[in-house]
Amino acid sequence: MAALRVLVGVKRVIDFAVKVRVAPGGAAVQTQGVKHSLNPFCEIALEEAVRLREAGAATEVVVATLGTKASQETLRTALAMGADRAVLAELAEGAAAGPREVAVALAALARRLQPQLVLLGKQAIDDDCNQTGQILAAILDWPQGTFASRVSLEPGAVQVQREVDGGLETLRLRLPAVLTADLRLNEPRYATLPNIMKAKKKPLEVVPAADLGVPAGPPRLRLLQLQEPPPRAGGEKVESVESLLGKLRHAGRI
Amino acid sequence: MQRPGRAGSPAPSPAGRAVPGAGLQLPGCPAGCRGAERPRTAAAMAWRAAPRAAARLLRGRRGIASCIDPSTGLTEDQKEFQKVAFDFAAKEMAPYMAEWDEKEIFPVETMRKAAQLGFGGIYVKPDVGGSGLSRLDTSIIFEALSTGCTSTTAYMSIHNMCVWMIDTFGNEEQRRRFCPSLCSMEKFASYCLTEPGSGSDAASLLTSAQRKGDTYVLNGSKAFISGGGDTDVYVVMCRTGGPGPKGISCLVLEKGMPGLSFGKKEKKVGWNSQPTRAVIFEDCVVPVDNRLGAEGQGFSIAMQGLNGGRINIASCSLGAAHASVLLAQEHLTVRKQFGEPLANNQYLQFGLAEMATRLLAARLMVRNAARALQEGRQDAAVLCSMAKLFATDECFGICNQALQMHGGYGYLKDYAVQQFVRDIRVHQILEGKRCSYYKCSGSGIRRKTALEAPTFPQESDSWVSEPCSALGVRCAVCECLGQGLWLCGSRGRYLVGYFKSLTAEEDI
Repeated sequence: MAALRVLVGVKRVIDFAVKVRVAPGGAAVQTQGVKHSLNPFCEIALEEAVRLREAGAATEVVVATLGTKASQETLRTALAMGADRAVLAELAEGAAAGPREVAVALAALARRLQPQLVLLGKQAIDDDCNQTGQILAAILDWPQGTFASRVSLEPGAVQVQREVDGGLETLRLRLPAVLTADLRLNEPRYATLPNIMKAKKKPLEVVPAADLGVPAGPPRLRLLQLQEPPPRAGGEKVESVESLLGKLRHAGRI
Repeated sequence: MQRPGRAGSPAPSPAGRAVPGAGLQLPGCPAGCRGAERPRTAAAMAWRAAPRAAARLLRGRRGIASCIDPSTGLTEDQKEFQKVAFDFAAKEMAPYMAEWDEKEIFPVETMRKAAQLGFGGIYVKPDVGGSGLSRLDTSIIFEALSTGCTSTTAYMSIHNMCVWMIDTFGNEEQRRRFCPSLCSMEKFASYCLTEPGSGSDAASLLTSAQRKGDTYVLNGSKAFISGGGDTDVYVVMCRTGGPGPKGISCLVLEKGMPGLSFGKKEKKVGWNSQPTRAVIFEDCVVPVDNRLGAEGQGFSIAMQGLNGGRINIASCSLGAAHASVLLAQEHLTVRKQFGEPLANNQYLQFGLAEMATRLLAARLMVRNAARALQEGRQDAAVLCSMAKLFATDECFGICNQALQMHGGYGYLKDYAVQQFVRDIRVHQILEGKRCSYYKCSGSGIRRKTALEAPTFPQESDSWVSEPCSALGVRCAVCECLGQGLWLCGSRGRYLVGYFKSLTAEEDI
């Protein structure tokens, strides 16, 4: 069987169960001392890649991330889930990256590693950008299948079922292609204890982000301000439907 | 207790003042019941909700980034193990915990799923299917699993203990015969030591095993056996020789052996997701090949198994306490009385801080004991006893206090905290009642204070209590005093009396 390498991009994000707080200054959230973990959609993408390899459709799964040194723990989790090797595109401590920077790094890795398929999560749960996969496909000039809820590989192509606003859409894309995973694609496995221990021995390569062409300096997307939603104001009870409609009109809601 | 009235007929408040957030009104409460709703804490809502929603909301039990974060001080690997265990507990156990308790279901399929992740034989050697991890890793894993369902995790820890005993003391043939199917939890195991007549005084057990050719014939019964009747493999301590601990051997029985039967399923306050039955032997024939170790080694095997078992049970208590602290914390932020959340109340803030402190102290003791055991240190057995004693007591106190903080709601089975309280109450009792720890720890202290040892008669073997020697603490007195010294009463006085009798060199 011809070698079919899958590159999976993952992101280290604040754990979904954490109650996020806005940092003083209002331009970021508090990340110091807060628990981080693998982005859930990236987990789903990784699970799909590992399943493809186990089914024999793929031969190798490489997981990669753009981040600081702390992202190594995320890569170890990914290796424990079944990836074969990992690459960290390392940013300096304190540096940030947006979707564009990540896409540039992944594109450089794709040119190096020559995967037939790149799998990403549809979005990260910290910024909810939903851009990286699309930008990456544009940079590489590869076809893209986003919001994938079903993936099946065929010789030289991949069939993707996408969840779109109108319902489900099925596309056939020529390989190499970029796919982004949606929630219902699969249910990620738990890492087993033996796999966690095996993950220690799997290779983890560290590459400076600049070597991959990631521009130095602040990311292209700048977060201006974060604020909590206003506290819920009291409601008002009305006596009749007419007065309800009147009040809604008055408030400009209808 | 009055239930909140259904919407439509709120009782008028005599004081004419709105009582915000008033839900459950206890008898004697001046304000009328306003039929308000129960505190909508995420955990409470999720308690009965669909499993997926429950799992998401209950994952908060992972205890993110707080002073009682259980992942501080762990290696990267240990954090990974813990993460898997927490995820499994939140998703596969927590949503069903109440149902398993109410319907007394033994969750075989869920435990088998856990075994697929390697939780069936955590500290058993990998060549027979175990995960080959350390005692500290095991403690961390059980602590995390216990936040999902304490009762099931406690059974899994008993199962693990049995598999380890076969792995460590069995010969190659026995290891290959029993361990693989136990590690995968295709078969389940039970640990049979306690009898109706011998609980704390385990060495006085009566179940006899008479040697007949190449078999043993067992007669007697065991009481309070976790998993009894539903499990497949029974690790049984029985008497093959004379009285006392040296006459005890360890046999492995399988369900279906003629003469092996079970009593009725006991009705318990907690631990309802594992059945408890008496195990009865009536001329039960067991091949000699099923004996672990040598004749007379059984008690030592049992006690060494219990060292790890104590850490595991203590770890289960830690998990329950951790979950309870988080539940209490959440409830305090949501429930309002006197116009503000309970969390603004200084007494409750102090209470929560105390609970966190006690939890951390207990956790450190348990992890320290686990390290000592895996390093094979001389003081390991006493540390295990002390850790189990301290952690089970403290954690029960924490869960109880958490229930108190829930107010009337804490008493309802709709809320998880009462199940944690019920489930861990028994941890203070089994795998060695508190009293025996005082005894053994007292002996340990006695040795360490280097009092003048009494002179023993020349037949010194009979003066040395096997259980304590197996634990690494040589007690010269318990055997000859018969029942030993129970220090649960006036602790200080007993200890003094103990020492006095030694220095007086009484001829016993």
